[in-house]
Amino acid sequence: MSKGNQVLEEITSKEYEHGWTVDLETDEAPKGLDENTVRFISAKKGEPEWLLEWRLKAFRLWQKMEEPKWPNVHYPPINYQDIIYYSAPKKKATLDSLDQVDPELVKTFEKLGISITEQKRLTGVAVDAVIDSVSVATTFKEKLGELGIIFCSFSEAVKEHPELIKKYLGSVVPMNDNYFAALNAAVFSDGSFCYIPKGVRCPMELSTYFRINAANTGQFERTLIVADEGAYVSYLEGCTAPMRDENQLHAAVVELYTMKDAEIKYSTVQNWYPGDKNGKGGIYNFVTKRGLCFGNHSKISWTQVETGSAITWKYPSCVLKGDYSVGEFYSVAVTNNHQQADTGTKMIHIGKNTRSRIVSKGISAGKSQNSYRGQVHVMKRASNARNHSQCDSLLMGDQCGAHTFPYIDVENNSARIEHEATTSKIGEDQIFYCLQRGIDEEAAVALIVNGYAKEVFNQLPMEFAVEAQKLLALTLEGSVG
Amino acid sequence: MSTTVTRDIKNEIAEAFHQSKFDVANDHRKSAFAFFEKTGLPGTKQEEYRFTPITKNLEKNFNWDIKATTSSINTIDEFLIPNLDANILVFVNGNYSASLSKIISPDTEVKIKTLSEAFKSDSATIAIYLDKVLTPESDPFAAMNAAFWQNGLFIHVPENTNVSKPIFILHFNDAGENQVISQTKILGILEKGSQLSVVEKFDSVGSNPVFHNFSEEWIVKEKSHLEYCKVQNDVGKSYQVANTIIHQSDNSLLNTFTLTLNGQWVRNNLSIIIDGEHCESHFYGLYLVNGNTLADNHTVVDHQKPNSFSNEIYKGIMDGNSKGVFNGKIFVRPHAQKTNAFQSNRNILVSETSTVNTKPQLEIWADDVKCSHGCTSGQLDEEALFYLRSRGISATLAKAMLLYAFASEVLAPIQNETLKSYLDILIAERLHNNF
Amino acid sequence: MLTIKNLQAKVGEKQILNGIDLNVKAGEVHAIMGPNGSGKSTLASVLSGREEYEVTGGEVEFLGKNLLELEPEDRAREGIFMAFQYPIEIPGVSTINFMKTALNEIREYRGLQALDAVSFLQLMKEKMKLVEIDQSLLSRSLNEGFSGGEKKRNEIFQMAMLEPKLSILDETDSGLDIDALRIVANGVNKLRNKNNATIIVTHYQRLLDYIVPDYVHVLYKGKIVKSGGKELALELEAKGYDWIKNEVAVA
Repeated sequence: MSKGNQVLEEITSKEYEHGWTVDLETDEAPKGLDENTVRFISAKKGEPEWLLEWRLKAFRLWQKMEEPKWPNVHYPPINYQDIIYYSAPKKKATLDSLDQVDPELVKTFEKLGISITEQKRLTGVAVDAVIDSVSVATTFKEKLGELGIIFCSFSEAVKEHPELIKKYLGSVVPMNDNYFAALNAAVFSDGSFCYIPKGVRCPMELSTYFRINAANTGQFERTLIVADEGAYVSYLEGCTAPMRDENQLHAAVVELYTMKDAEIKYSTVQNWYPGDKNGKGGIYNFVTKRGLCFGNHSKISWTQVETGSAITWKYPSCVLKGDYSVGEFYSVAVTNNHQQADTGTKMIHIGKNTRSRIVSKGISAGKSQNSYRGQVHVMKRASNARNHSQCDSLLMGDQCGAHTFPYIDVENNSARIEHEATTSKIGEDQIFYCLQRGIDEEAAVALIVNGYAKEVFNQLPMEFAVEAQKLLALTLEGSVG
Repeated sequence: MSTTVTRDIKNEIAEAFHQSKFDVANDHRKSAFAFFEKTGLPGTKQEEYRFTPITKNLEKNFNWDIKATTSSINTIDEFLIPNLDANILVFVNGNYSASLSKIISPDTEVKIKTLSEAFKSDSATIAIYLDKVLTPESDPFAAMNAAFWQNGLFIHVPENTNVSKPIFILHFNDAGENQVISQTKILGILEKGSQLSVVEKFDSVGSNPVFHNFSEEWIVKEKSHLEYCKVQNDVGKSYQVANTIIHQSDNSLLNTFTLTLNGQWVRNNLSIIIDGEHCESHFYGLYLVNGNTLADNHTVVDHQKPNSFSNEIYKGIMDGNSKGVFNGKIFVRPHAQKTNAFQSNRNILVSETSTVNTKPQLEIWADDVKCSHGCTSGQLDEEALFYLRSRGISATLAKAMLLYAFASEVLAPIQNETLKSYLDILIAERLHNNF
Repeated sequence: MLTIKNLQAKVGEKQILNGIDLNVKAGEVHAIMGPNGSGKSTLASVLSGREEYEVTGGEVEFLGKNLLELEPEDRAREGIFMAFQYPIEIPGVSTINFMKTALNEIREYRGLQALDAVSFLQLMKEKMKLVEIDQSLLSRSLNEGFSGGEKKRNEIFQMAMLEPKLSILDETDSGLDIDALRIVANGVNKLRNKNNATIIVTHYQRLLDYIVPDYVHVLYKGKIVKSGGKELALELEAKGYDWIKNEVAVA
């Protein structure tokens, strides 16, 4: 065994850092899914009738749909009756102030390195923390409120801002968009809502931290962000889950909506539990994320660093409806051991002079399979549309796979579309160069991989970029054969 | 989803099959047909036929009450390649025409027989190879062809033989009086260290619909060299599905070139199985289409062994309401280390109503490889156009020159000079007259 | 030969030329100098007929014709030649075929017979010698993989082939080392005669040591702010463009 393989062995046997559980008393729905489950969730949350009807409609549609078979991932059939669809930490009543938060919860988040007690104001990040199914705390609310920015849990938004929810819920991702989106529409429990009013630049990063804690539960959160004319917001999303032997389902929906001249920058560092090194356990991460550039000159930018989950099925997309609107997708997806990822983006060019850019960096190690799947669709009306896509794959070891499935559909002849993809391994000469300069192999690999993914890391806000780099190094150090 | 009652075309085909009286390979046909019956024709929901509404077109344009269609044609001169000193093999409406064909290479250099003959004379070889690489399971049309083929060719080059004259195969369909459904099949084997150049041309006349379902298998053994060129120039309402599969062994060399100029629609499934080390494969293609033509090229390069090199360049120029479809798969199987595989697909949409759907695809299961693909869609470079015009060249001519420059690159792998200059002129004329 | 009156032009929303007046007669060499962004290259582009440049006012008359109404190819056929600052690479189009096509299109426009292959090659050989360009360069695709100097030499070769009445050299000296500069300048000088004219657009005086102009014009903020003889170029070289800027500011 070469030194590289030894290091790989060492690293891959390293335990998942966020694998602990906390004993939080929870309030759960009984296992299984039928109309009563949907009613139960809606009642628990004290929802208005229209929302219950909306959920039921989605549920009925879902029942007629089939789980997608086209992704390049394989897993045993999911028993949807064996999942708990609602689980909430019990002590959470309405909170007047953050001092009333369950101290266990505060500790939980501190363990994750997130302060929800507003002590570390310097971090300049407002956080909405979602544990299992519900939002437990949102920070900096008042300060944001002064600017007219609404940042709260989804349930709260339903109560406080029903007109906005009614208007935008399902406007970007219709309830019947796909199997998992329909499931989410029926049983979503909570999530974050954010509205930036006209002309406001949100002065701090907004962030949601998701954690699955309870066993046998699925997490179905929904995020909705609306940026009104000329508004700007940068939004971060992070996630972890405990180590458990059984697979857990996460089926989230994220909808972004930008009006004229508005911009949303959405960054994710996804670190759900990936399962152990034999592929046991781990999260099934089946997520629908889509942004609608509704207004002219609007912009939506997705950045994701995907290191976790047993299976990832996720295509953050942009519908470029407004003329001169811009869509971006920057992604680093790392898979190791038995992880499977099928991820990418869709750029749908509808408006004139729309532009999109895709940068995807896949890294596969161990026995994992890593697929990029993307679509660039230029519709008839989209004169002068431009797209540039770069999809690179790096393979570490001879038992993993890297796959690229780009779909390019052009219906307008003035469009200019360029797609490039490469697959290779880390150059031995690059490693040798580092060794010769006194850098050990492990550090050399980390260095080279970070360089490889740099274009994407550069898109992340500072704190996140550091976290992402650490995660990447942790998953891959020394994975060179 | 459409609720209109469509014809049960599968049943009609089955009916036609059971009523046909084939004189050779009945068992062979039956097992292929059983498979066809199981899968049926592909719908547009099927990933591989997403952009090619083939079943719908067959339903709309053809009846499967298959009769032998005749042709009154007695000369094929206009479809030949001038000055190409070659063996000439001609199929008219799917049947081999001995009178129009002319074999000039000696039997010791290359054995050329009709497939029906070969079933008698070379049954052992046939049993080893026929439908073994291109299995009925691989594609519904391959299954259909294996069941229905009317006639075909068996081409066998012995070891260490260089076939000095190319083989020119003309697939001619005459739809002057009736619709034509023709199904032809080729099995070619290049034994170790041999060399062969093949040119296939597809032409048709008449205004009735033609459906040509064509299958071929080429076995290229160790140290052999195959040059393969296909020119698709059908007119009118011609529908073609061509399944071509080439199997390469160690140290073999392959040059292919596919030119699609005409037809209602053309679907090419070209697969290269690189089942050997140190192989080299170049495959180039050009679709130069206008009107309502749909040109759909699905290619596969399957690297199954280490240390081989493949290079694929397909280019498309679409005018009128034409539509280009390209799907290029590169597979690098586990242990196929040190594979170098490159693919490029570039498209120019000349008219506002032309479209292109392209999907280059890499599937890699080995780490020590260099693979890349690139694809583009766009218009001609405005700067280049301006440069030419600023030297006094008219806008129309400048455009034609640039399109020609774009297109002619794909002629590079063709070794035969007569063939190359014929294709060169064909492309140049097409670009100067039609665009 | 060329009369420009109050020419104004913009790119996108940006007004660049603000009223240029210029008179060029046969046999003359005019140098247009000016700091970066003064509109020199825009002027060259407008004269050659680039579509991105919108003429918003003024007139340009070339040999009695309204130049602004002509397509770029017709301007070339009338006798205007633009030596580009950045000649574009065109893969797949051989320089020889390109030149033959261009020459014969121009001849046809002028009612002349197309040159046959033999006379074309003969002409080409002669001009190749004149501008010291190698045959091997010309058998390659147009400018593809050419060095900066080779590209510029190819421009001058084309100029020699097409025998224009008015040549516009747009920053032809940029990116050239001293040897290449000398060769290019020699080519231009050999092509000068009493029937043709040249406009040299340049930032530096350097090229004017080799191609001596009859007139020097200084362009600043889209207007010619100073004109003079060849000594004006030397003065500019010595004093720098700030001198002109200050002078304009004072006025």
